[in-house]
Parts: sequence; C-alpha cells; structure tokens
Amino acid sequence: MMNFVLVVTAVIFSLAAAGAIVRISRGPSLLDRVLATDVLLAILGGALCVDMAVNRHLNNLMLVVAISVIGFIGSVTVARFVADRREQPNES
Amino acid sequence: MSRRRISLRQELPLLVWLVIVWGALWQDFSPGNLLFGALLAVAVARLFYLPPVELSGRFNILFAIPFALVFLGKVAAASAQLLYLAVARGPRVTNAVVAVPLRSRQDLMVTATGHVISLIPGSLVVEVDRSTSTLYLHALNISSAQRVQALKQEVRSIEAGLIRIMGTKEELETLRMEAAA
Amino acid sequence: MNPDPTSPDAWVDMLSAVFMIVGAIMSLGAAIGLLRFPDLLSRMHAATKPQVLGLFLLLASIGLQMRTWWVWPVLLVAWIFQLLTAPVSAHMVGRAGYRTKHLHRELLTSDELEAVVQKAAARAAREGGSDDGRGD
Repeated sequence: MMNFVLVVTAVIFSLAAAGAIVRISRGPSLLDRVLATDVLLAILGGALCVDMAVNRHLNNLMLVVAISVIGFIGSVTVARFVADRREQPNES
Repeated sequence: MSRRRISLRQELPLLVWLVIVWGALWQDFSPGNLLFGALLAVAVARLFYLPPVELSGRFNILFAIPFALVFLGKVAAASAQLLYLAVARGPRVTNAVVAVPLRSRQDLMVTATGHVISLIPGSLVVEVDRSTSTLYLHALNISSAQRVQALKQEVRSIEAGLIRIMGTKEELETLRMEAAA
Repeated sequence: MNPDPTSPDAWVDMLSAVFMIVGAIMSLGAAIGLLRFPDLLSRMHAATKPQVLGLFLLLASIGLQMRTWWVWPVLLVAWIFQLLTAPVSAHMVGRAGYRTKHLHRELLTSDELEAVVQKAAARAAREGGSDDGRGD
C-alpha cells in the first residue's frame, strides 16, 4: 500500500510543482514570483516529508525546517525591498 | 544597558521554549541534554536579550485546548473551501478589505489575533493600525455586506477566545460586560 | 506490512496514507490557486494557507509511521516554526502588494482601508508641502 501512496503523492506533487513553476515564469510581478517560489519550496518540503514517512527515517526533518525558514526569510526580504523602493525612505 | 530587567517568571515561557527547541534539534530528551540546553537558554537570554514580551501572567489551559481544537477544525474547513474556490470559482472571485477594530490595546493580543486570523485560510492581515489597534484584513470570497459583518464577528470571537486564554483581568472584565449587555 | 487487515498496525498505516494524500492535495490546491486566481492578494491566500494544514498532515503521518513517542515533540516544533513564520511572510508580501497597488480594485466589494489611506494622505498634504505621505 505504501508504494501506491508514494506513486499517488509523487504525481500530485509533480503537478503542483509544475503549476508553481508556470507561475514563476509567467507571474506578472516580482511578488508573484516570490510567492510561487515559496510554494515550490513548500512542495519540496512536503515531498521530503512523504519520503520520510514512507521509508520511516528522520534524516531530512531538519532540512524541512530549514527549507521553510529559508522560504520565510526570502519572501520577507523581497517584500521589504519591493515596499521600500517605492516609498519614502524614512518610513519604517 | 539601561533596560529594566524582567522577572524570571516573565522569562520562563521563553526559556522553556528554547529548551524544547534544543531537545528537538538533538532529538534527545535525556535529562543531561535538557540540563545543558537549559544552561544555554539562560546564557542566550542573558546575552542577547530582546525587548521583553509583556505577558499578562495568566494562562488558562482549560480554554486553550478547546481553542486549539476549534482552530484546527476551522483551518481544515477553510482549506477545503479554498480548494473548492480555486477549482470552481477561479478568476471570478470577489474580495474585500475590511477594517476590524479590536478590544485589546496590547501588542501581544493584537499580534496573536492577527496570527490566528491569518492562519485561517481566506483572510489575511494587510495593515495594522497600532494606535487604535485596528486590523485591516483582506478577505477572499466576500460578496455582500452580510459576509463582511460575519467576518468581523468571527475575528472578534477569536479575540475573545484569546483573551479568555491569556488576556489581562481588565480585558476579561470588558468581555464580561459585553456578554451581559 | 502486516497481512492481517484488522490489526491496529494496518489501521495506523491506512490513516497515515490518507493523511499523506490529503496533505499532497493541499499543495496541489496551492498550485491551482496560484494559477487560477486573478490578483496577487487572492493568490496569496491560496499560496500560504493550505500549506499549514498540508504540513500538519504530513508531519502527523511521519509521527504515525515512526511509532515512537520522541518524534512527536520534534514534529511539533517543526510545525510551530511554520505556524509562526507563515503569517508573517504572508503579511509582509500582502502589505507590499497592497501598497504597490498589485490588486484589482474592481474585484473588491468594499475597501475600508482605502478611505483611511486617503484621509491620512490628505492630512499629510495639508501639513507638510512636498511630502506625499502614506499615513501609518
């Protein structure tokens, strides 16, 4: 049964990653692309989780946490940069 | 460093959290490891201290557990609804930006309410007015004035739940007056 | 795999399989939302929120599969990290999107922030000449 689950989730994750990549390439604005990159990272983390659950190991757990933290730092940084470029510099 | 020291009681939740993170990162909850983690936590909290979070000093676990369960239920229901919207409605979805005034003036309370409401799919904090503690939410699939009212009601009930868990005595009193009226 | 279908082991496997598939569908929902919603702020909703439930389900399925108690605190910490970070990044991107006018006004049924921004801008213009202040 675990093999069946692995195949189903692999197909779903591949479709989701394809959708996110389409949005990255097409996205009209920078923020759209950042958002889609965030989703792509989350999909990667999800795939690692499924791998760990099916194969019963925990080697990548900290990698999942690190991926979500990187996604967070990346999107916050870009959002600040985008917001600051068009505003008064003295505003926090 | 002229900042006033905060009491150990107020610092305790932070220290406990740091110890739990330490144990989790090592994936080892033996007493020795936890003790070393506690020493490190105290050292880190002394050396690199941030502005203290002003806790009210009370935490009601009896309200916290049902709140967490209701929260999970809401997240699940709203995620399913979001999935349905994305598939069925797609580009024709209508949104609204709604102002919700909160009761509490405390930063912690406003932050916690904003966090919870942001985690429930379908609403997102766009802007916060700290002086009047008003949250400006962007909400998905709002088509009428009734839906706006329902959303405001929901946010205020979430805030009420949070006040029951960890609000100050004065806030609880306001809540009680409101319920009586 | 245990051949006996009624043993608790098989039930746990079943439950974690369901969790995994639903968690994966949440990611797919995020991708569909990214593709189908019309403007940045609606995509925002689709992108960040289902992941919270998705990661919760996936971590829970790891916990069910490992069958030891000490993984649960680790998984809980991983999830709480996500709970703490997801709204913050959503707020930052949403705020930047609102301020840089990345939303379609015709899709809003009401905008109660717009009036406040206008009022603050008018006041700033009255008070201090060239500053095209955006009131906070």
